[in-house]
Amino acid sequence: MSLFLQQILNGLSIGLVYALIALGYTMVYGVIQLINFAHGEIFMVGGYLALTVILLFSLFFAQVPVWGALVAMIVFSVLGCALLGAVVERVAYRPLRGSPKLTALITSIGVSFFLQNAVMLIYGSKEQSVPPILPYHVFEMGAISFSLMQVIIFFTSIILMTLLTRFVKFSKTGKAMRAVSENREAASLMGVPVQKVIQATFVIGAALAAVGGALFALNYESINFHDGYLAGLKAFTAAVFGGIGSIPGAVIGGICLGVFESLGAGYISSEWKDVFAFILLVTVLIFKPSGILGEHLPEKV
Amino acid sequence: MLELNHVYTRYGKVECLKGISFTVKEGEIVAILGANGAGKTTILKTISGLIRPTAGEVLFKGKSISSLSPEAIVRFGVAHVPEGRQIFQRLEVRENLDLGAFIRRDKSEIQKDREMIFEIFPILKKRLKQKAGTLSGGEQQMLAIGRGLMSRPSVLLLDEPSLGLAPILISSIYRMIRAIHEQGKTILLIEQNAHMALKVANRAYVLQIGQIVLEGSAKEVAANPAIQSAYLGG
Ligand SMILES: Nc1ncnc2c1ncn2[C@@H]1O[C@H](COP(=O)(O)OP(=O)(O)OP(=O)(O)O)[C@@H](O)[C@H]1O
Ligand SMILES: [Mg+2]
Repeated sequence: MSLFLQQILNGLSIGLVYALIALGYTMVYGVIQLINFAHGEIFMVGGYLALTVILLFSLFFAQVPVWGALVAMIVFSVLGCALLGAVVERVAYRPLRGSPKLTALITSIGVSFFLQNAVMLIYGSKEQSVPPILPYHVFEMGAISFSLMQVIIFFTSIILMTLLTRFVKFSKTGKAMRAVSENREAASLMGVPVQKVIQATFVIGAALAAVGGALFALNYESINFHDGYLAGLKAFTAAVFGGIGSIPGAVIGGICLGVFESLGAGYISSEWKDVFAFILLVTVLIFKPSGILGEHLPEKV
Repeated sequence: MLELNHVYTRYGKVECLKGISFTVKEGEIVAILGANGAGKTTILKTISGLIRPTAGEVLFKGKSISSLSPEAIVRFGVAHVPEGRQIFQRLEVRENLDLGAFIRRDKSEIQKDREMIFEIFPILKKRLKQKAGTLSGGEQQMLAIGRGLMSRPSVLLLDEPSLGLAPILISSIYRMIRAIHEQGKTILLIEQNAHMALKVANRAYVLQIGQIVLEGSAKEVAANPAIQSAYLGG
């Protein structure tokens, strides 16, 4: 029983990271029906930007308190990735608007290779270790235990997801995003600047992935230029599982995938951990391709 | 207020508008009548910037708007209520109206316009929290028109507001269009339903395969024998 609870808790924290990445897939898919395969790489870049900040702090600002470094790290990788998301949208995807979907899909694979190689050239191809900045602290609760890092992941993701949900529901830009995702032409007739709204979606997705990347790097204490591939694929699985296009779906999908994976690792074999994600993906695609929260809308009249 | 000068529009190689010219003066309701495929919708899309004309120009309040984006054209004061309503089905009625006012910031004036719209379409007030996709066809048309009015346009472009509605609903929609006109809105109305359109319009143009073949006051057009036989079943 305690193994079970422990694995659920571990699964929850990694699942929340998947969910942070999955949100970007699902939002971009929602507005332009593109599966942005480069999104995993944005997550990876977020991790490297976080690493950069940590190294700078350990070199030059060693006296800064841990919380300061943590906040600086997240802010820096969020800003960096948001900018990267905006540039990628403008340079790679916007010129293709209106061309067949496959073209943009293939472009996103190209962008993904480009980012991997750019990072490899800058930081090298070897795995980089991320110096732990947080004090190693374990909280015990009966038979289960969790780390300070897990607590941080938990609160950061819950706060971000709540903010995102409120933003999409209530803000003017959020309404515009939903309008663009449903009917781009009608949205433009309302005066919605469609291109800017699409770009904003990429920016928000990239910012969330950046937080995920920073937390992930800190949690695993190492990072590699192809980390974005596997994490991206898993987050994509989570998005599909939850119902691509649906924001709550991405969150639930991420959590389910994390828990499923962690239970599989705990009870079957941790070597097979990554396989579970794909079992889940294939199962969903076969039995319920629209995902658990995916909506089937009546065609427009 | 609105003027088209020798406007040509094409889809790929197919020329769809072949030199259209007409005017809509302030305070008028002008109807454009025509059969399926005549190019009626294309005229509105050209005015609202969804399609660029290949030649000719669209003037609004004396300025050319033919090269502007749809977003810019709404800001100038042209609201296009598209064919088939195109409301945001997954959004609430309230959110659809909010999006209609997307270009505006004057909160208290927006609120006034909302009240004005509820006076014309009381049913919308009862449906505010409902997903727009769950409205009936007639209610969706009312929402589409209401959403268009929320930008407080100088000209309202209506594309076949009677499309797919039962006769009794058509009369009430037209009563509402008349009410909007009485509040001082200039309206360009596209219709296949010549009967209803000619009842409310001041003037009318008849469109045939991309060209205007007849124009005049609504009375003159309604009295024209060719129109009588082609559109009014007489
Ligand atoms: N996107 C498009 N691509 C190619 N041709 C088009 C397109 N839209 C319209 N057309 C063609 O242009 C012509 C005029 O179309 P339009 O939609 O303006 O007609 P309409 O008068 O509004 O007809 P309806 O009464 O059926 O709505 C038609 O022959 C149509 O097939
Ligand atoms: Mg039409």
